Amino acid sequence: MKYLFVRVVALLVLASTPSTLAFAQDFKPVLLYDIGGKFDKSFNEAAFRGAEKFATESGIDFRDFEPNSETQYEQALKRFARRKADLIVAVGVGYSVAVRNVAEQYPNVKFTVIDAIIDLPNVQSITFKENEGSFLVGMAAAMATKSGKVGFIGGMDIPLIRRFQVGYVQGAQFVRDDLDFIENYVGTTPSAWNDPIKASEMAKSQYARGVDVIFSAAGPSGLGVINAAKDSGALAIGVDSNQNHVQPGFVLTSMLKRVDLAVSQAMQQANAGTWKSGHQVLGLPEGGVDYAMDEHNATLITAEMRERLEDARAKIIAGEITVDDVDGGNSGH
Amino acid sequence: MEFLTDILLLSDSAIRIAAPLILAALAGLCAERAGIVDIGLEGKMLAAAFAAASAAAITGSPWAGLLSGILVSVMLALLHGYVSINQRGNQIVSGMAINIMVAGLAPTLANAWFSRGGQTPLLDSEARFNEITLPLADLLQDVPLVGAVYSNLLSGHSFLTYLAFLMVPVVGWILYRTRFGLRLRAVGENPEAVDTAGISVTLLRYQAMIIAGILCGMSGSALSTALGAGFIRDMSAGKGFLALAAMIFGKWKPVPTLLACLLFAFVDALQGRLQGVSLPLIGEIPVQFTIMLPYVLTVVILAGFVGKMEAPKASGIPYEKDR
Repeated sequence: MKYLFVRVVALLVLASTPSTLAFAQDFKPVLLYDIGGKFDKSFNEAAFRGAEKFATESGIDFRDFEPNSETQYEQALKRFARRKADLIVAVGVGYSVAVRNVAEQYPNVKFTVIDAIIDLPNVQSITFKENEGSFLVGMAAAMATKSGKVGFIGGMDIPLIRRFQVGYVQGAQFVRDDLDFIENYVGTTPSAWNDPIKASEMAKSQYARGVDVIFSAAGPSGLGVINAAKDSGALAIGVDSNQNHVQPGFVLTSMLKRVDLAVSQAMQQANAGTWKSGHQVLGLPEGGVDYAMDEHNATLITAEMRERLEDARAKIIAGEITVDDVDGGNSGH
Repeated sequence: MEFLTDILLLSDSAIRIAAPLILAALAGLCAERAGIVDIGLEGKMLAAAFAAASAAAITGSPWAGLLSGILVSVMLALLHGYVSINQRGNQIVSGMAINIMVAGLAPTLANAWFSRGGQTPLLDSEARFNEITLPLADLLQDVPLVGAVYSNLLSGHSFLTYLAFLMVPVVGWILYRTRFGLRLRAVGENPEAVDTAGISVTLLRYQAMIIAGILCGMSGSALSTALGAGFIRDMSAGKGFLALAAMIFGKWKPVPTLLACLLFAFVDALQGRLQGVSLPLIGEIPVQFTIMLPYVLTVVILAGFVGKMEAPKASGIPYEKDR
């Protein structure tokens, strides 16, 4: 019996060796997603693509984790920090408190947090000027609408999502000042990101009231808005990732937030030793936000519309147009 | 006129939102009338939503989806039955166990099968229950009032929505007009008497669980193949619990339960409509407040207007023959 036990232990040790070997590489990046899941066709998927890009370019594997609830944020961060990960990239404003707590405890681990701002010597904060990208899709919405009514559906009602709304409304009004706006928020808790039924019901209500373009900044719930657009024969605008392909012909464009760029850059810099803590803002000039053009919406965005959008982009970069922002856009909820 | 259009739109929306609630509430009603508390409605709904979306995505047929949704939900109902009938376990614990298990299992399986981070692929129109336009709906469109109500409110819902409303009289008929229904109600009030009469309490309760499973399966399928177009983790978003509240609010009777579901759905539609609207005297209501509305209403109604509520007497109590 005693022998058997020893043999089992020996086998277990042997079985675990390959994974310890894999950990033995020099650089160990970790990616932590926000609630919603890796392949949400939106925010988290963009982060995943960024890490994949880094992995294929450098040949270094990354580890990742998908939390199911907010309580897992801090647990996951601590677990990876304890295992001496070199760089932990956490995406989502929800991580702000958890990253601050864990980064103070583990001053030797590098943290990159996206969408939140944390002022610690071992934390790099990357935020986006979502209002600038939203300004452009707002212009597109105003040029595409026939009814003169445009809609907005936000996920959870937090300052970050209000920033999308502010930019969108300003962009639409930049084109036409006679527009009507209808705005909805799916909810006030994180479950608002995962309720496509409610989002679709809100979208149907907006379409029935005469809206013909809706911008959804609602993560996976936004898929409900895009489906409602198809059911109602109207247009939706996607968010974060390029969602034009979800229902081709019914997605006017997507507000791209290049989370992939931020993630792959952070990992590259940490690998090359050029990683710096502090706050970085990615706006239109840095290519951090954009609107999506591909074969799925080529017929929806005319050359003339495109011209006006590019013109506005140049003006924003040159500082001739200032896009409004909201206070505390990247503070935790 | 705009007011009328608003009411019409809200009611239309309420009918869609209410459908899964009605089915789930009827499921809970059948189970509790037979003496089994079914707090696992939420979990069964989610499991059915996942099974329906997966089957519909693979086969391309919503009917295959509906069938597998029902199948999975019935299996979970039987599991709950086994724990609470044969093993005389705590029914709340068993129900919660189902909820927690499904919440984790469904996204995990979805990830393993479809590699889309706990979602199933988006369903095409052919793989969903689409909106049905009732006969003459287009013709009557321009008739004032009647036409508007008929073609906007009654027409243009999915098969499962019509099925949900049809199930109310069906369940009512089974419970109050058939011998089986009488026995089912008796087993929830006084199982000893049923046993003395030589009828199997165990069998009756299992039958009730199967009915509950079927109804809950339809409800979950409605979420992912009619209202939505695919499974997303936690997409039931508390509807199972809301259905349970509607059933209690409806005093364990089919028609009042239907009305309760419609009320909840209407308030839910209303809160979406009230967001960002400036009301006379009050001004604009903050989103946080409008979203609270359905829950505040529930508490107010339950506390003030419903009166005495009597649950089936043997509800939640395992039957022990040899006592």
